[in-house]
Amino acid sequence: MPSIHVKRGVFLPLLEGEEELIRKSVSGVLQEYEAAQENLIPILLQVQEMLGYLPGPAMEQIAAALKIPAVDVYGLATFYNQFRLHPPGKHQLKVCMGTACYMVGGRIALECFERRLGIKEGETTPGREFSLERVACVGCCTMAPVVVVDEQVEGKVTPTRVDGILLSFEKPAAPGAEAAGQKGEDAS
Amino acid sequence: MSKPATIFIDGRKIDAFEGEKLLWVALRNGIYIPNLCAIRGKEHPSGSCRLCYVQVEGCSEPVTSCTLSVTDSLSVQTRSPQVDRLVKSAFELLLSHHRLGCRDCAKRKSCELLKIAKERGLKMKLTRLALLDQEAEVDDSAETFVFDRSRCVLCGRCVWICREVIKVGALGFSRRGIKRVVTTFQDVSLAQSGCIECGLCVEACPSGALYFKEGKKPAAAGQCSCRGG
Ligand code: SF4
Ligand code: SF4
Ligand code: FES
Ligand code: FES
Repeated sequence: MPSIHVKRGVFLPLLEGEEELIRKSVSGVLQEYEAAQENLIPILLQVQEMLGYLPGPAMEQIAAALKIPAVDVYGLATFYNQFRLHPPGKHQLKVCMGTACYMVGGRIALECFERRLGIKEGETTPGREFSLERVACVGCCTMAPVVVVDEQVEGKVTPTRVDGILLSFEKPAAPGAEAAGQKGEDAS
Repeated sequence: MSKPATIFIDGRKIDAFEGEKLLWVALRNGIYIPNLCAIRGKEHPSGSCRLCYVQVEGCSEPVTSCTLSVTDSLSVQTRSPQVDRLVKSAFELLLSHHRLGCRDCAKRKSCELLKIAKERGLKMKLTRLALLDQEAEVDDSAETFVFDRSRCVLCGRCVWICREVIKVGALGFSRRGIKRVVTTFQDVSLAQSGCIECGLCVEACPSGALYFKEGKKPAAAGQCSCRGG
């Protein structure tokens, strides 16, 4: 049975001083544009570029300036994949859902990350440690399924590999620690 | 004032005005055409429910009557095999993400899905499609009414009322495709959304998605203008 999960958005609290930063950035961007609805997309894009995502107070401030309901800004921000509603994590996990990766279990990799991190695609873990996204083909289909971890491309990402990737972040990242982490369990 | 026009619906001669949308002319004259997303007074019809098809003389394909502007001597049939097929499919698509269970539905007396089914002899069950299993939460945070998303047909009436009539703008559409939902800013509960509980959206809702809690239906009902005439 096909199913869709549209759960209530869970939004992380702002960091200290973040609200001030948001207000300033948004005010700056708003000054560059005429307060007209057709400028909503460029405004959102620019705010996102500055802040890394579209926090709630930013959307509210923009809505107020354009005299439209805030839910409209939210509607638009959730319509386009381009927009992020959650802050980027310290580590960014991008799971490839291009055709090749999808066919060989990209979905499984994504679900593994979701389960392990306790978040859904597009979200960020509470400490802003990890953010999880899906991306389209990243150009190395032969290594499918592919996950881009920060800037590093990881191939053949099986569920064990997912565990390995996450484990590698638990200790102060030493090169090669991932492989060790992965094998460590059977060895001991 | 626009020019008068004489048109024919199912062969019946009807007086209308040029530029009016056919759907409203038909309804005004007691000719029912299934519809859910049409909103009187909305400048650009969303044309999203695909239930209001008619066959226009001289056109090979059926067109949606909520978007069809009347011109003089326009002649349409409300039914044709093609129209019936399209409406049947559109209706089944709606049902495929609508949690049926009319027996316990608060809106069963006024439900427009049931009305359409009856009117057009459509089945209230899925024959060709699988049910989309929606994990939708029921929002009962408002004092007087409940929002059960699993019965929402995305007609947009509530959104329009809340914004254009009440000027509150608590409700809106978010996401897209199969995940499209009616929701509030950042999906907060209605109680946190700025909703003033005017209840007009509940009255406008054609399905069991928005309904009043037991005994909370306001006495002075029916100020809603979205359906008009
Ligand atoms: S009750 Fe009134 S204010 Fe509240 S959501 Fe419905 S239309 Fe908007
Ligand atoms: S809640 Fe009701 S009025 Fe609003 S879009 Fe859904 S079905 Fe239409
Ligand atoms: S489909 Fe994933 S890298 Fe091409
Ligand atoms: S009423 Fe015409 S498409 Fe919905």
